Amino acid sequence: MLILTCPHCGVTAEETELALGGEAHLKRYGPGDSDEQFEAYMFARKNPKGVHFERWRHAYGCGKWFIAARCTVTLEVFGTYPAQTARPPADLLAAIRAKRPSADLSDWDAATPEDAQ
Amino acid sequence: MKRYSVFAVAREALRWHTGWERAWRSPQPKSRYDVVVIGAGGHGLATAYYLGKNFGITNVAVIEKGWLGGGNTGRNTTIIRSNYLQDPSAAIYDKALQLYEGLSQDLNYNVMFSPRGLLMLAQTHHEVRGYKRTVHANLLQGVATEWIEPAKVKELVPIINIDGPRYPVLGALYQARGGTARHDAVAWGYARACSAMGMDIIQQCEVTGIRTANGAVQGIDTARGAIDCGKLAIVVAGHSSVLAGMAGFRLPIESMALQALVSEPIKPCMDVVVMANTVHGYMSQSDKGEMVIGGGTDGFNNYTQRGSWQHVEETVRALIETFPMISRLKMLRQWGGIVDMTGDRSPILSATPVGNIFVNCGWGTGGFKAIPGSGWAMAELVAKGTPGPLAAEFGLNRFREGRFIDESVAAGVAH
Repeated sequence: MLILTCPHCGVTAEETELALGGEAHLKRYGPGDSDEQFEAYMFARKNPKGVHFERWRHAYGCGKWFIAARCTVTLEVFGTYPAQTARPPADLLAAIRAKRPSADLSDWDAATPEDAQ
Repeated sequence: MKRYSVFAVAREALRWHTGWERAWRSPQPKSRYDVVVIGAGGHGLATAYYLGKNFGITNVAVIEKGWLGGGNTGRNTTIIRSNYLQDPSAAIYDKALQLYEGLSQDLNYNVMFSPRGLLMLAQTHHEVRGYKRTVHANLLQGVATEWIEPAKVKELVPIINIDGPRYPVLGALYQARGGTARHDAVAWGYARACSAMGMDIIQQCEVTGIRTANGAVQGIDTARGAIDCGKLAIVVAGHSSVLAGMAGFRLPIESMALQALVSEPIKPCMDVVVMANTVHGYMSQSDKGEMVIGGGTDGFNNYTQRGSWQHVEETVRALIETFPMISRLKMLRQWGGIVDMTGDRSPILSATPVGNIFVNCGWGTGGFKAIPGSGWAMAELVAKGTPGPLAAEFGLNRFREGRFIDESVAAGVAH
C-alpha cells in the first residue's frame, strides 16, 4: 500500500484515497506546435526505473492536486509538494541526490525560466 | 537436437533415462551476431524462432537479464483468445491462436495448449451491447465467436451464480477456440527449437548499454562483455523504456504491476476460462486443480514485481459474488509482473528513431496469448526492415498521427 502525505491538508493518505494523474512537470503544447511536440506531451514518457515525479489528486480528501517524488524500484517516497510548483523544491532535490547519487535529475540542474518569475 | 517421441520415451526407458540431452545449450556469447534479440521471454524467443524458420537468419543471440521465461511469460494467467474488436488486433491475435493450435507439433515440444473455450461475461447492459458488437466484428474478421444467453453460460459453467444482486450475468461472448497453454513450456519449446537452429540463448546477462554510430545500432554492452550486432530487437515488456533510454529515445509506455494468484488445488469444477471485465477478474482452473485468478493493474509506475494488497482484495471480492463456491478457498501464491502499458493499450511492433533497432512491446496485460503471432510479425519486421501486414498498424508513428488502435474500450481491463 502506497502512503503519501498530502501537502495541502497534511493528511497521510493511502493509495485508495488518491487518484493518479501521471508524469509531472510535462511541458505543455498548444495550437501551432508540431506533431512531434504534441506526441511528446501526450504520449512519450520517461517511465524511469528509479526516481519518478508524478501527479496525484487527493480525490477522497481535500480534492487538491499535488506532486510526489517516488522511487519506482523500492517504492520509497522522497516527498510531496503542491502541484502549483514549476519545479521540485531545492531541498527535496538535494535529499534525492543524497540518497540516490546515480539518479538522473538533469532536468533540474539549471535554473528554468519559470524560476525567474 | 534429438526429437521427442513415443519411441524416444521407450528407448530412454530401456536405458535408465541416461540419454536425454539438455533442451538448449548455454554458450559463451560470440563477439558478433547478425541479429541480437534482447529478452528471452516468449515474445523474444518467438521472434528469434521465426527469424530462423521463416527467413533463414540463424546467426542470432537471445540475451536475457535473468532466467529464460522468468518475466511476464512465467507470471501470467495463460489465457489465449482472439476475440478482439479492432481489425489489426483480431488479425495478429488470431494469427497467434492459429499458431498455438499447431505449436506443439511445430516445436516438437508439448506446450499443453488446451482450447477449452473462453467466456467473457456481460454483467452490465453496456457490456451486452459491446460484446454483441464484437461478435459481429469477429464475424466479418473470420474469427469464430458467438453471443450466448445466461442459461447457456450456466450450462457451460455450473459453478457460476448468474443471479448476483450487484453483477448479474446477462450473457457472454463465447470463443470456443480460446483456452490456455502451459506458459513455461511455450518459452522452453521456443528456446529448444532456437538452440537447435544454432542460435545462442545467453541467460544471466544484463544489457548495460546500447552503442550507436551515425544513427544506427553498432552493438550492445552486457554484463558478459560487448556484443556487436547488425540488427537489434528489443523485446523486454516492462523494461522497454529503460532499453529505449539506452538507445536515446522515449516510448509511449508506462510500466505497472499486474498481479495474479492461485488457490489450493481442488477437484475439477470449471473446464472453461471465464473473464469478468466489469468486476476486473478472470479465472480458470489449471491442470493441477488450482484456480488461477487475475485482475487489473495496480495503476502507478512500478518496477518491483510486487503489487498492493487492495487490488488482490478487489479482484477476489468481485469473483466471490460470481463464483460463491470459491469463498472458502485458500490462496496459495500471489505474485506480480511488470506490464508495459501504451497510450492506447495496444502493442507496438515498430522500427525506431535509431537505425536497425526494432521494438516489440506494449502488450500490457495481454501478451501471453499473442506470443506466436507477435514473434511471427516481429521476425518479418526485423528481417525485412519494414513491417508486414500483421505489424503494419502497430507502428510507433500511430501516436504522432493519431491512428490509435483503441482496444481498451472493447476489451475492458482484462486484455
